[in-house]
Amino acid sequence: MALPRAGGRKRLAGGSRLADCSAIAVSLAENPRRMPTSSLISYAHVGKTFDGGRGANRVVAVDDVSLDVAEGEFLAVVGGSGSGKTTLLRLANRLIDADEGHITVEGEDVRNVDPIGLRRRIGYVFQSGGLFPHLSVAGNIGITPKLLGWPADEIAARVDELVDLVRLDRAQHRDRLPHELSGGQRQRVGVARALAAKPRIVLMDEPFGALDPLTRDALGDDYRELHRRLGLTTVMITHDMTEAMLLADRIAIMRGGRLLAQGTPAELSDSSDAYVGELLRTPRRQAERLGALLPRDGAA
Amino acid sequence: MNLFADPRWSEALGHLPDYLGNHVRVSVTALALGLAVSLPLAIAARNRRVLRGALLGLASIVQTVPGLALLALFYPLLLALAAVSLSWFGFGFSAFGFLPAVLALALYSMLPVLRNTITGLQGVDAAILEAAQGVGMTPLQSLFTVELPLALPVMMAGIRTAAVWVIGTATLSTPIGQTSLGNYIFAGLQTQNWVFVLFGCLSAAVLALTVDQLLALIENGLRNRSRMRATFGGAGIAVLVAATLVPAMTRSQTTYIIGAKTFAEQYVLSALMAQRLRAAGLSASSREGLGSNVIFGALAANDIDVYVDYSGTLWANQFQRSDIRPRQEVLNELKTMLAKQNITLLGELGFENAYALVMPRKRAEQLGIRSIADLAPHAAGMSMAADYEFFSRPEWAGLKKAYGLSFRAQRQMQPDFMYAAAASGEVDVIAGYTSDGLIAKYDLVVLADPRHAIPPYDAMVLLAPRRAGDAALRAALQPLLGKIDIAVMREANLRAAGNDATSSPDAVAKWLWEKIGTK
Repeated sequence: MALPRAGGRKRLAGGSRLADCSAIAVSLAENPRRMPTSSLISYAHVGKTFDGGRGANRVVAVDDVSLDVAEGEFLAVVGGSGSGKTTLLRLANRLIDADEGHITVEGEDVRNVDPIGLRRRIGYVFQSGGLFPHLSVAGNIGITPKLLGWPADEIAARVDELVDLVRLDRAQHRDRLPHELSGGQRQRVGVARALAAKPRIVLMDEPFGALDPLTRDALGDDYRELHRRLGLTTVMITHDMTEAMLLADRIAIMRGGRLLAQGTPAELSDSSDAYVGELLRTPRRQAERLGALLPRDGAA
Repeated sequence: MNLFADPRWSEALGHLPDYLGNHVRVSVTALALGLAVSLPLAIAARNRRVLRGALLGLASIVQTVPGLALLALFYPLLLALAAVSLSWFGFGFSAFGFLPAVLALALYSMLPVLRNTITGLQGVDAAILEAAQGVGMTPLQSLFTVELPLALPVMMAGIRTAAVWVIGTATLSTPIGQTSLGNYIFAGLQTQNWVFVLFGCLSAAVLALTVDQLLALIENGLRNRSRMRATFGGAGIAVLVAATLVPAMTRSQTTYIIGAKTFAEQYVLSALMAQRLRAAGLSASSREGLGSNVIFGALAANDIDVYVDYSGTLWANQFQRSDIRPRQEVLNELKTMLAKQNITLLGELGFENAYALVMPRKRAEQLGIRSIADLAPHAAGMSMAADYEFFSRPEWAGLKKAYGLSFRAQRQMQPDFMYAAAASGEVDVIAGYTSDGLIAKYDLVVLADPRHAIPPYDAMVLLAPRRAGDAALRAALQPLLGKIDIAVMREANLRAAGNDATSSPDAVAKWLWEKIGTK
């Protein structure tokens, strides 16, 4: 509890990283459960079962998953539908509570943290934006700072900063409503909203899935750059192995609620698991075919 | 077409501040109460399936009860509650007029508000709800900054429907003692004053449309974040309410309230009493169009001060007596029974308004019918019509028993149309009123009742408990007692049934006073 209460507000208002580090050090000493690594998010033997309602079958969405995300890392979680990857993401900011195991975020067991405060200090990018249709671009971006009680002029300044950051046009887009934007612009607003309260962690739920390839590519590159520049820790859910390999530092592969493998692309290619091999084969084959089809100088 | 040159338009206009003011007050209060109850209920029920089903089911059932019946039901309910409250907690409240009208109308307004609020809130995309949670909103913040704003258009449509329903249905609150624009309609129907009926309908429609448009303005302002439009709409409603409160504030509180039931004779007599009170320097106002069951309770509870009732009605309805007694005995016994409730029987007016079987004179002569006994053998081939209550009254049971009457068909009718129906042969026999002027107008004949199956129906003036010792009131009404005979009353009623300026209850009452005052 020490971190969000003591450090959270001050950090968000002032943007000082130093305050955070000392807060972590304090919570480290207080909380013996925290693992002595630099991992910012840590899953230890986590399980989640959905009841499914009266008469329906119980569904094991996440089954004994252990996974660490280091500070500054960009992790992609890859899996098909029903693999449990989205559930895994939602467990981190307590949109869902785990049945088994422990999840720690910034050194604290999330079960001991107020979920509202937790969500406010973790950025979350939703599938196809999840923007509030009745709020303008500025209203959407500024929502978390507003919930945190920032003064209006600070929110306005932060919104301007973020509109620039995600490469939208202040004059043109700031006061538009979401339905007046293109899909790519909406997703840029979604990213800006996630970053508004200056989080250290950003969770992304298939953020670029619904976009056309060109927009997707541009947005992915832009986000990768933001991730690096702002020193973020990012967990991205995707079903697209190519996207995962191009953007992420490390990839975790899930199927049927279980974590099959994790590692860099090179490490994964050593995996003996058939499903992992199959997932890696697709981008490799695509790359080979594209290489053969496109003349070298035209590919650029 | 000098339709609008009719002086009744200006008379109608004269009542407008009072009727409209009361109408707006009762509708706005009912709507506010309805919203205050329905909105939190709808919000609480939006994620609870069982509660949601129960609420919507209940509200739907309420909606199927006709407005008039719902309003009428609240009167006895509150009367009982008031009695309980008086005996348990030592304070009572008036079950008459405003309170039952507000409660019934509020209940009536609930369905559209509940249904649209629940539908609107459930229509919010699940992805948006998750986003609200994900950015760190508490459930309340999500409700107020996301869910309600997104559900607003659907909710406002429900509120607007409720407003129009309430304003329309409020016209039916007249019979339970709440003055409303319905006073025009009830009085107009009873005295065949179509100008009043039209005026009442038009003004209620204009009021409903105005409120609907003001609400639309507020909705529009809220949706487009235009503070000016929302303020404009809100100010419009505030002005409407304020404007209707002003006349009520300036009205004197010491007024004598004179009750009248829902037929022309009662309107004339209440106008006559009001004129007498004013002539004596007392202030008087009328509460007209009261239901037959409501008016006696209202007098006993001091909600009205004076009205004219009929001995047979009290005998059968209020005291549940079905035995037929000689006239003087009935009067004496009534006096004692009324005194037990602290009601003063001031005296009889001099005429009877009894039920009587009535048929066209020519037909009666053809068949040689002079009394109900003569009618009985022909009844099986005849049809009969009566007002809405006659067939469930003890007189009818008494008549059937005494003469063995059984008609081929029985119909219920608006009393004013009954006589014309008999004259045209639409029905053969009607249960008319002996003091009705239409009997002479249509050349009908009253059949004799040799077995005295119908009790006496002397018109008599009753005073509320709090006016028992009021000498000024007694003195003002004294000149009327015993002065109005059946012939005069019939002529007065015939005049009141006319459809022109001289047929207003006020004008007829003036004529009546000239006629009897000089005797």
